[in-house]
Amino acid sequence: MLEITSYSKTFHAGTPNEVKALEQISLTVQNGSFVVVIGTNGSGKSTLLNAVAGTFLPDQGQILLDGHTITNWSEHRRAKLIGRVFQNPFSGTAPGMTIAENLAMAARRGRFPSIRWALGHHLLDECRDRIRTLRMGLEDRLDTAIGGLSGGQRQALTLLMATWQRPALLLLDEHTAALDPRSAERIIELTNEIVTKNKLTTLMVTHSMHQAANLGDRLIMMHKGEVVKDSSGADKQRQRPDDLLACFDQLRRREMLDESAAEMLREQYV
Amino acid sequence: MNLLLGSLTIGLILSLLGLGVYISFKIFSFADMTADGSITLGGAVAAVLLVSGVSPVAATLTATGAGLLAGLVTGLLHTRCRIHPLLSGILTMTALYSVNLRVMGKSNISLMSTQTLADTAEQLCTPFFGTGGNVLLLGWQVATRDLSVLLATLLLVLLTCLLLYLFFRTNLGTTMRATGDNPQMVRAQGTDTGLMITLGLALSNGLIALSGALLTQYQGFSDVQMGIGMLVWGLASVIIGESLVRGGRLGLAICGVLIGSLLFRLLVAIALRFGLNPNDLKLITALCVFGALVLPGWLSSLTSRNMGGRHA
Ligand SMILES: Nc1ncnc2c1ncn2[C@@H]1O[C@H](COP(=O)(O)OP(=O)(O)OP(=O)(O)O)[C@@H](O)[C@H]1O
Ligand SMILES: [Mg+2]
Repeated sequence: MLEITSYSKTFHAGTPNEVKALEQISLTVQNGSFVVVIGTNGSGKSTLLNAVAGTFLPDQGQILLDGHTITNWSEHRRAKLIGRVFQNPFSGTAPGMTIAENLAMAARRGRFPSIRWALGHHLLDECRDRIRTLRMGLEDRLDTAIGGLSGGQRQALTLLMATWQRPALLLLDEHTAALDPRSAERIIELTNEIVTKNKLTTLMVTHSMHQAANLGDRLIMMHKGEVVKDSSGADKQRQRPDDLLACFDQLRRREMLDESAAEMLREQYV
Repeated sequence: MNLLLGSLTIGLILSLLGLGVYISFKIFSFADMTADGSITLGGAVAAVLLVSGVSPVAATLTATGAGLLAGLVTGLLHTRCRIHPLLSGILTMTALYSVNLRVMGKSNISLMSTQTLADTAEQLCTPFFGTGGNVLLLGWQVATRDLSVLLATLLLVLLTCLLLYLFFRTNLGTTMRATGDNPQMVRAQGTDTGLMITLGLALSNGLIALSGALLTQYQGFSDVQMGIGMLVWGLASVIIGESLVRGGRLGLAICGVLIGSLLFRLLVAIALRFGLNPNDLKLITALCVFGALVLPGWLSSLTSRNMGGRHA
């Protein structure tokens, strides 16, 4: 279970560039729940995922994961519990190393690297078996450097690496955004397959209303560093892409109202 | 012939420096300036221990250990105190200058009347070459001592290369390589990249100090100035090796450094033989590195432009 309690993060505090990226966020995600996170650009979705992954430490608030208080854990320490796929297909794998070497690191995630042979026969067999589940024909190319693969292939491998050892939490930050529509489709299929089969607790950020409507069992909408909509169960299943778009429009209209109200006040009083 | 043997031996010894520079510069993309200090440190520690009667093997190993520590310091400065890589190396290098003077107690130590690894090598080879002082090699008279030292160095360097290759195929070695390649990925797999960088720099400077210890014993003296400009020397081997052996595979890259170092030393020996002023050596080295860095790019852009012209 993931439990975030009144978490706040402000970037460049006290300067003209101050950004309140997360404001008093509280969020509880039950084990096995697949949460889809949507929201406008700059609403704090990535910041939320980075906060959980430990890219930075909070100004205020607490994070509990799988019974551990991880608030002050370093990023690499949290990685024992958390699997991650990034938006940029280049981020999740080491390009100069082979597929097998990358997978070997994932197979030992969270343990201190030993002075043992990295690629044993046993591991290579397991790599082949697991890569076969991607159905991309990569199982015969274990010795290829990852740098030579397409973005879609890399994201598929990163997904495989993130879930090689069952993570207590899987974080997916727009992991199909940089892919062409067909690869994106394939990665989403794989994601759904892996997450549901292993009942992984998952936070997935997306800008695709289609994905948001069709995937997961809970939907969260963020706006200006806060959670403005949270639906689960039958309510979530009822949401269509159009409903979600309408939601965005509503937010935008409210914002414009706010702005015109501010404008009016300024004209009257300044 | 004796000149050839000598430059091959020095080329081999300095290939260890090249390997150290390869680790910091290529694997970790860390421009580690510690090299100039740690190669002298290796020489200084070995010389002092040898003069005080320690066995050559133990002295060499201790010198390597001293280099490891120097690398550790640079690594900690960078990863724990968050100092810029270049500056961390410069700090350690500068501090090492005084440390080296302290260690030696004076600015140079002669090993002329001391048992060194060179003598050990000569003794080990006596059963093969006899004690005649000279042997016939491809029709040339060469000193058995020179030949023995060359063979022993070759063995030692090949062994080091092999061990290094094997090490970089272990879990720890793989993770180190990945750290240079994509630190974000390594953190996401639960490893402290700071620790990997620190260990990597320790390994790098250990090799460099080993190179210094061997060089000192080969030359028969240690000098507090001997490290100046050595980083560029190591870089030259790495870059020449890289332009010779392309492909980026680990084993090939290690061989490339070895060949680069030998080749560079031979070139220098030839240049000196044909009357190059030794004072100009560093300038020439810098020019060589410049050439090796820039020429491949120019050549490929030239050829691609020509091809483009033909297509049009
Ligand atoms: N490391 C950082 N330093 C400074 N500001 C940051 C940092 N990370 C995020 N921000 C700011 O915090 C706000 C929220 O950014 P975040 O990346 O979380 O948005 P997002 O919801 O992921 O948007 P997008 O849909 O564009 O990915 C933005 O205004 C951004 O500029
Ligand atoms: Mg984002």
